[in-house]
Amino acid sequence: MLQVISLLVENKPGALMRVTGVLSARGYNIESLTVARTLDPGLSRMTIAVDVDAALRQQVIKQMNKLVNVLQAVDLTEERAVLRELVLVKVRAVQGTRTAVLKEAEIFGARVVDSSPEGFALEATGDLEKLDEFIDVMRSYGEVECTRSGVVAVALEPKKLRLQPPVPTKAAANSEEKDGVLNG
Amino acid sequence: MLMSGAKMLLECLVREGVDCFFGYPGGVTLPFYDALYDHPIRHVLVRHEENACFAAEGYARATGKVGVCCATSGPGATNLITGLVDSMMDSIPIVALTGQVSTKLIGSDAFQEADTFGITRSCTKHNYLVKKLEDLPQVVHEAFYIAASGRPGPVLVDVPKDVFQGQSHYQPVTAIHLPGYKVYTEGHTGQIRRAAQLIGESQRPMVYAGGGIIAAGASGELRALVELVDAPAVTTLMGLGALSATHPNFVSMPGMHVSYAANMGMTHCDLIIALGVRFDDRVTGRLAAFAPHAKVIHVDIDPAEIGKNRAADVPIVGDVKRVLGKLNKLLEDALPVDQAKRAAARKAWWAQLRKWQAEHPLVPVTSDSEIKPQHLMMEIDRLSGGKAIVTSDVGQHQMWAAQFIRFTEPRQWINSGGLGSMGFGLPSAIGAQFARPDKLVFSIVGDGGFQMSIPELATVASYGLPIKIVVMNNGYLGMVRQWQELFYNNRLSAVELDCFPDAEKLAGAYGFKGRTIDKPWELTPALEEAVRDPGPYLLNVKVSPHECVYPMVPAGGAINEMVLGPPQPVAVPK
Ligand SMILES: Cc1ncc(C[n+]2csc(CCOP(=O)(O)OP(=O)(O)O)c2C)c(N)n1
Ligand SMILES: [Mg+2]
Repeated sequence: MLQVISLLVENKPGALMRVTGVLSARGYNIESLTVARTLDPGLSRMTIAVDVDAALRQQVIKQMNKLVNVLQAVDLTEERAVLRELVLVKVRAVQGTRTAVLKEAEIFGARVVDSSPEGFALEATGDLEKLDEFIDVMRSYGEVECTRSGVVAVALEPKKLRLQPPVPTKAAANSEEKDGVLNG
Repeated sequence: MLMSGAKMLLECLVREGVDCFFGYPGGVTLPFYDALYDHPIRHVLVRHEENACFAAEGYARATGKVGVCCATSGPGATNLITGLVDSMMDSIPIVALTGQVSTKLIGSDAFQEADTFGITRSCTKHNYLVKKLEDLPQVVHEAFYIAASGRPGPVLVDVPKDVFQGQSHYQPVTAIHLPGYKVYTEGHTGQIRRAAQLIGESQRPMVYAGGGIIAAGASGELRALVELVDAPAVTTLMGLGALSATHPNFVSMPGMHVSYAANMGMTHCDLIIALGVRFDDRVTGRLAAFAPHAKVIHVDIDPAEIGKNRAADVPIVGDVKRVLGKLNKLLEDALPVDQAKRAAARKAWWAQLRKWQAEHPLVPVTSDSEIKPQHLMMEIDRLSGGKAIVTSDVGQHQMWAAQFIRFTEPRQWINSGGLGSMGFGLPSAIGAQFARPDKLVFSIVGDGGFQMSIPELATVASYGLPIKIVVMNNGYLGMVRQWQELFYNNRLSAVELDCFPDAEKLAGAYGFKGRTIDKPWELTPALEEAVRDPGPYLLNVKVSPHECVYPMVPAGGAINEMVLGPPQPVAVPK
């Protein structure tokens, strides 16, 4: 089973590399990774699906939480969470198959985002298995081309976010000792 | 105040209390070195950037302060890598400053450009590329804070040339805000109470203390715990000196090369009190067979260490100094009946440990015709009297030094533990001597590792550092030879070191004294002469070439399956 990790990360250069570095240093292969900014533009939400031994999952989370730019890393693999992925599928559909393709798309709740005499571009969201099925069905109509977004997740249990408060610099702390006030 | 980036960086270093740092200049750091020209801060010019980092480590390990090193872009920065990984593995606080090509040139394969930020990501605790001068002071103070707090480690700050050259208003930084950087110090009260309870119930406890005690300055608390519980204590290679080797409860170091009693103690105890340690494979041997009867209390400031190799029955994330303070208080307050019970239980356990110690003590081997490595270390121990700083390189000499030299305080023993970097011994002694000019510093090196750091003899001479360099010269890459002898049918492949330079001439070429000895009766007077000499001294001690370090736990073995001495089994390790 894939491990699903959700991270809240400072939106800073190199932050992504640090997070993926925890995985690549251990030789783990990332199945999917999404990242985009949150309501606070200084922060990004990252969702990673990765094949990690069950016994090592906790260690990976701890290593990620140690990163200076990571505010929070949580393991959603066995948590109450919603996992969704989006797929864009281009399917060839000429005269004879067009109605059938549209009917199947409707069953999967997919939307038509482009239509041409050669075929359709369809957009579908869902959990990973549903999208697998959808793609399989579309393939039965002919050649398809598809791009998956990678999984995005949201935890359903509230997660306590523990943040470090500011600390005085050494020089500031020293002068505070000397004259009893924090200068500046 | 309008200030250049170079001056601003120096100003930040002063504010962090840096009095001395180690470096090597180059093209992009020219503006920085120009600002340094008439600045009071002391810059030590080493002869190779790797050694700048090792020297900074020596400084940091000898004092607990952040060590600082500096290198130019490209090759200067890449030369730092071994030192960065070394300090990462041993949790040593380092700030490494590197120059970078100008911001406009980054990514253009400019002359001496390297992706230092990318290359050093995995070998630092954190790193920065400063693209705007306005960010520089904040970044530098963050770097020092991150390096020194929590589990210490190296932080690198990469500064492009135009950032050094730019002018900006300098505003002192007063606060650091790193919301994602979590430092856990206090320890969970409930877990500390459970720890006290387990200790109270234990019949055969063992204290297993490491470098974390030294990093936290918790030696006093460690000693108090050991005495309160009357537990036998082992300290790791990184923890030597955390508890004085002369303390009656000190057993020795556990693991691959040290004592029978320590390893038997770990194997048969019913409770391990693990303090600032990481259950390294060199300590545990085959993990599945390690301390099979023991419950584990594990205290560490890094949550990722707890449960990494060995599951903890009582995990405590916190500063070991604070946690032990609280734990000791609970143990002190225990009822007298419980204390009496504890004392009674301890009698049998100590009798057993003393028996193991007597059965297979560490043997101070000597000979009438050749100098034995053990004899050399015993003599250095005698001359030090538990007072000198001893730095070591990596190999057999390191293990013998760890076995036979008794350290009475933290920060006396400086060696590359986790990474095992040859070439560490001499440059780290340079850093230690700058940090502690009042101290006698021995640098014990192998004939192999010494030749990796020979360029630093010039630094030693240039600054007149009275370091006593003792080469334990066995004519081999001894530790590799030992494995080839024991596990590869004595097929000695690429381990012979011929053409070792004449020590007297070599030291003489740099303007200080050197000497070679090979007779046991020369040893004491030669070491005494080296110590008496007010300057640097290179003493080349030819020891018996075929000695092996015992006891030894073969790779993949359990620590109670020690090879105590020759003859040895011949088997190819897994
Ligand atoms: C940079 C580096 N390269 C290789 C090794 C592997 N290695 C470990 S011990 C050793 C032999 C060291 O020989 P020497 O310095 O003469 O010390 P001795 O073991 O003989 O005391 C070697 C090559 C290492 N630890 N570090
Ligand atoms: Mg040697």
